[in-house]
Amino acid sequence: MAEEAKHIVTSFEVDLKKLRDLIAGMGGLAERAVADATAALMEHDPDIAASVVAADPKIDAEEHKIEQFAVQLLALRQPVADDLRQVVAALKVITDLERIGDYSANIAKRSLVINKLSGNLALSGLGQMARLVQQNLKTVIDAVGEADPQKAIIVWRADQMIDDLYNTIFRELITYMMEDARNITACTHLLFIAKNLERIGDHATNIAELTYYAVTGESLPDFRPKGDQTSAYVHTEASE
Amino acid sequence: MENASMNSMTEAVLPASLIPPAQGDATARVSIKNLNFYYGATHALKNINIDYADKKTTAMIGPSGCGKSTLLRILNRMYDLYPGQRAEGEVLIGGQNIIAPNVDLTQLRRKVGMVFQKPTPFPKSIYENVVFGVRLHEKLSKAEMDERVEWALTRSALWGEVKDRLNTSAIGLSGGQQQRLCIARSIAVKPEVLLLDEPTSALDPISTLKIEELVDELKKDFTIIIVTHNMQQAGRCADQVAFFYLGELVEVGPSTQIFTAPRERRTQEYITGRFG
Repeated sequence: MAEEAKHIVTSFEVDLKKLRDLIAGMGGLAERAVADATAALMEHDPDIAASVVAADPKIDAEEHKIEQFAVQLLALRQPVADDLRQVVAALKVITDLERIGDYSANIAKRSLVINKLSGNLALSGLGQMARLVQQNLKTVIDAVGEADPQKAIIVWRADQMIDDLYNTIFRELITYMMEDARNITACTHLLFIAKNLERIGDHATNIAELTYYAVTGESLPDFRPKGDQTSAYVHTEASE
Repeated sequence: MENASMNSMTEAVLPASLIPPAQGDATARVSIKNLNFYYGATHALKNINIDYADKKTTAMIGPSGCGKSTLLRILNRMYDLYPGQRAEGEVLIGGQNIIAPNVDLTQLRRKVGMVFQKPTPFPKSIYENVVFGVRLHEKLSKAEMDERVEWALTRSALWGEVKDRLNTSAIGLSGGQQQRLCIARSIAVKPEVLLLDEPTSALDPISTLKIEELVDELKKDFTIIIVTHNMQQAGRCADQVAFFYLGELVEVGPSTQIFTAPRERRTQEYITGRFG
């Protein structure tokens, strides 16, 4: 894309660059939210948790601002071909980023509750999952900024690892709960946190699909390698 | 089911008003094979291959001088009017190669109607404008002719506006009405193919939309080929879009594909306004 000729109308070129920059900026906010929410959880830090919750309205405001700008581009420039795909993808990407912000704020809130509970649950699996999610999110935001379909494919494929980890954590937390009913409150919050991370991974995958389409004009296949099997999980003696 | 020769037989026997408008079939579509065109020494169209599907609208787009209007002028052999211009290859309309030397040009132009950039009404009454071509090709009674005029003006969405003043001068009509009158004049002879060369470039937005609506209506009966500089118009009107550049056909495809995901970089650069 980079080597492509510039638009004859300079202000359109400027507008499209502004749209890309706005998305990159909002992507940065979402990345930060996930990183801070993870830190709040792993380091039991209520201040960081509070900052994630406080920053969420800013992400929402960015979504609104970018949406208005994209609608304005559609109305005034009537883009076609790759320009059109870029604007339409932008409109959808910001929805994914906004959801990522919401999930991060939710993780931060739950981390506050978990801090107050006694008990020492092993969080290493969750930490690993959070790192993978952050890595995927970073790669996909780079893919958007650099219009790089290859990076989008990497993210699209890598989501299965996150799903696999989620399955493991799900089973682990159920085991904790069965071992000691006093773990149930903390584990329930941790389950939701794991689910939130898994959903953030899915949104990163959505962004990867949108980016791939925007850049190449082709859709990734409907079938994506998926690993979340928890919806069919039943705890039996054999699964212990 | 009718082929071209049966059509001409029935026209000779039946009153024209009983002949249905050209019901296009596989033979009525236009097929261009290995077409080259020269203005003297200038090679204006280079090895063009394209099919125009029956009862579909094809838009031809491209920068000025790319050859799209030249191609349109080949389809009714208008280039014959000028010395030093020649076409090579095949242009099949209803299976007949219309650039072969023995083609009857009057018959060809009855089969292929054309509407130009600026409205070109004759300085005659509205009625006379519509029947002008019909009189060249058919002998109709007054009643049949009246019927044909109403049919053509109705099909071109002008009947309601002019039915009470058919004998007044066409020059008094608005630009948009004049253009619809020209379309009525073209379709009155019941052609198979309708060529539109930037038909709305001289019209206001509302008249433009009326012509576009008309094109949508008319493609039920005709094969329509439209040259336009207006991308949105090509997107709105056409089933198929062909992009020409420097005398070459760069890409042809469904308009949805061309405007969302063109295959060729040159097409993408042109339609997005990035031409270098």
